[in-house]
Amino acid sequence: MELDPVFLSRLQFAFVISFHIIFPAFTIGLAAWLATIEGVRLTTGNPVYRRVFDFWLRIFALSFAMGVVTGIVMAFQFGTNWSVLSERAGPIQGPLLGYEGFTAFILEATFFGVMLLGRDRVPPWFYFFSCCMVSLGTMFSSFWILCNNSWMQVPLGHAFVDGKIVPDDWWAITTRPIVRIRWPHMLLAAFLTTGMSIIATGAWHMLRDHHLPEARVMLHWGLGLVAVLIPVQLFFGHLCGLYVHHYQPEKFAAIEARWKTQQPATEVFLAIPDPWAERNLFPILEVPKLGSFIASGDWTAKEVGLEAFPPENRPPVIIPFFAFRIMVGMGLIMLAISWIGVVLVWRGRLESARWFLWAAFLSFPTGFVAVLCGWYTAEVGRQPWVVWHILRTEDAISPSLTGGVALFSLIAYVVVYAVIYSFGLTYIYRLLRKGPAAEAEAVSQLPGRPIAAALQGSEP
Amino acid sequence: MIPAEPSSLALFWVSAIAFAILVYVILDGFDLGVGILFSVAENEARRDAMLAAISPFWDGNETWLILIAASLFGAFPMVYAVFLPAFYIPVLLMLFSLIFRGVGFEFRYRGARGFWDGGFFIGSTVAAFVQGAAVGAMIRGIPVANGQYAGGAFAWLAPLPVLTGVGLVFGHALLGAGWLVMKNEGELREWARARIPWVAVAVLVVLVLAFVAAVFEPQRIGANLSHRLWGLVFPGIALLAMAGVFIGVRERRDGMPFAMTVVFFIASFLTLAVLFWPYMIPYQVTVADAAAPDKTLTFLFWGAGVFVLPVIVIYTAVVYWVFRGKLRHGYGRVGPG
Repeated sequence: MELDPVFLSRLQFAFVISFHIIFPAFTIGLAAWLATIEGVRLTTGNPVYRRVFDFWLRIFALSFAMGVVTGIVMAFQFGTNWSVLSERAGPIQGPLLGYEGFTAFILEATFFGVMLLGRDRVPPWFYFFSCCMVSLGTMFSSFWILCNNSWMQVPLGHAFVDGKIVPDDWWAITTRPIVRIRWPHMLLAAFLTTGMSIIATGAWHMLRDHHLPEARVMLHWGLGLVAVLIPVQLFFGHLCGLYVHHYQPEKFAAIEARWKTQQPATEVFLAIPDPWAERNLFPILEVPKLGSFIASGDWTAKEVGLEAFPPENRPPVIIPFFAFRIMVGMGLIMLAISWIGVVLVWRGRLESARWFLWAAFLSFPTGFVAVLCGWYTAEVGRQPWVVWHILRTEDAISPSLTGGVALFSLIAYVVVYAVIYSFGLTYIYRLLRKGPAAEAEAVSQLPGRPIAAALQGSEP
Repeated sequence: MIPAEPSSLALFWVSAIAFAILVYVILDGFDLGVGILFSVAENEARRDAMLAAISPFWDGNETWLILIAASLFGAFPMVYAVFLPAFYIPVLLMLFSLIFRGVGFEFRYRGARGFWDGGFFIGSTVAAFVQGAAVGAMIRGIPVANGQYAGGAFAWLAPLPVLTGVGLVFGHALLGAGWLVMKNEGELREWARARIPWVAVAVLVVLVLAFVAAVFEPQRIGANLSHRLWGLVFPGIALLAMAGVFIGVRERRDGMPFAMTVVFFIASFLTLAVLFWPYMIPYQVTVADAAAPDKTLTFLFWGAGVFVLPVIVIYTAVVYWVFRGKLRHGYGRVGPG
């Protein structure tokens, strides 16, 4: 069997980035949550917030370290496996990804250290300020990633000089409308991911009748935040859809499994797309005209189908179609949990509604699944291009890379990540299970050792 | 053919990257070296004491590697695109080594200490070896066609790169032993000092072998050097520094072996610079050829060059200042003086 280095490298990239994105998504939200809870503690002086803070700070330190470790690997992948992409798009992607790394470093070197080790060494206002700066830093870090990815989705602000891609307008690359839509979409996704984790943790401790005051804080705050943020996120998701519809009609058609151009277009809620016969099997729910309304805001608009594009330029359909629907489904679960939860809190019935606490506990992965599926929709839907309409994925591969070597590295990544992940997740699980400490204790006595500091509290 | 002159921005970035590489090799060199010396440490107590001497520094040291990679990708994307595929397997091994090393450092206090210490030793050794092998492969020259690497996945496994790889393992061990002598008192200091002459002899033997291997290479090695005979001053300084290492051991001066090893590394680095300049990928792509467009270099300069680079330098200096002097009072605590 001939091993295809392109396919294996895509698989490797997908594997590595899937296991990476989980941590940044979680830590962006956690940093904001920690800053919020520290601000509340400063205002109210209530010690329960301190215990909640210290509890999540440990988890934050571990997740941050896992994110850094898996993120370093990401940057090298661009060069090792996709060297034509690195060479051709490097003048634009290199600085954007470089700034992401620099932002993360400055953060770790300065305010993150204060957050972990400086509680007793700096004034309270400065400690709070450091929390805010760490939160800003994680958001800023994701900004560069979204600039980079948005440029790959809809290239803008560049020029071609002697066949080389050169940056022409950095302002356009970093602040255009697509970045202003996709970056908030990612930030909100991160907040919701963390929000659902906080809700689930609170529900877990409440079900086990442990740490009730802290569990109450987590549930009330988590439910309130998610309840407010989820409608905003649905709105930004809609804006993302509009830009895909406008700039990437092939991707839009793939997400909707719309094979033929229709006027007015039918909305297919659920079916099994059959890419060989170019039709949808077992359509469960189809609503005529709704497809036009969702895409164009007009019940009679014409919507292009995949048939309008040459076969070699069409994205795959099955993954974007299902990934998008799973993402939306997760969003609806979050909406249901948070709004029902808020009503229960309102009526004072939250703690007796064990069925709800179980549901909230089990909805722990919804945010993570939504983030992954959202990225699968965006990235698989961009195929067969790595840089939209400029560079094909198959042409971006390192020419010297053979299938055998790519297979070796893929297996090596799987093995190494399995080891790292099983240790990292075990420690995070132990911390979550143990719950907040009764008395606020100093997180660490060891200088400059975030992980060891976090692990001090992880003994079951 | 007369190569084009690099722009001043390209010169800035190539200098910044060269500086970062030198700092990285020296700083991560001593903590990798301590990991390499784990192989001759008799017991757990010894290893604990050895780790204490590097614990406040090692993760900051590795930041420089990130700085190098990020600056290279931004300012010289072509070099990034050629080097990483050329060293596909070494890069993979290095990343895994650094991951296991970092994780081992933290997890060893949670049990299975022998396992993680083994990982720390292997990770340190492999990381040092592949970095040294990359240098050897560069001396042999890296084949490039159409701006992409045009060699095989195992080209770096030739005799010369293997020797330079082994050489860097011993070189880092020498830095590590010198660091332990400088930062400790009492028994660990004597233990480390007794190992320095052996490691230094090993470095010299491997260097001689590497020199012989280089003579047998048919490529353009030395062509640059013959036009720049003044460049021979650097290998001369390196040899003098090595003599200084032995003198430092005999005279029982605690700072001297480490300082002289650092001089040895700087002189070796400058020797390579004389060999390679103006090529960034020896001997086909020059600094001017590889530089990104001016708009990219400018965009990088105003953020990374003016702000990030100085912050990292200051941060590094502060950490070393705070933890200056001899290690006292056990784990992770280094008091001034």
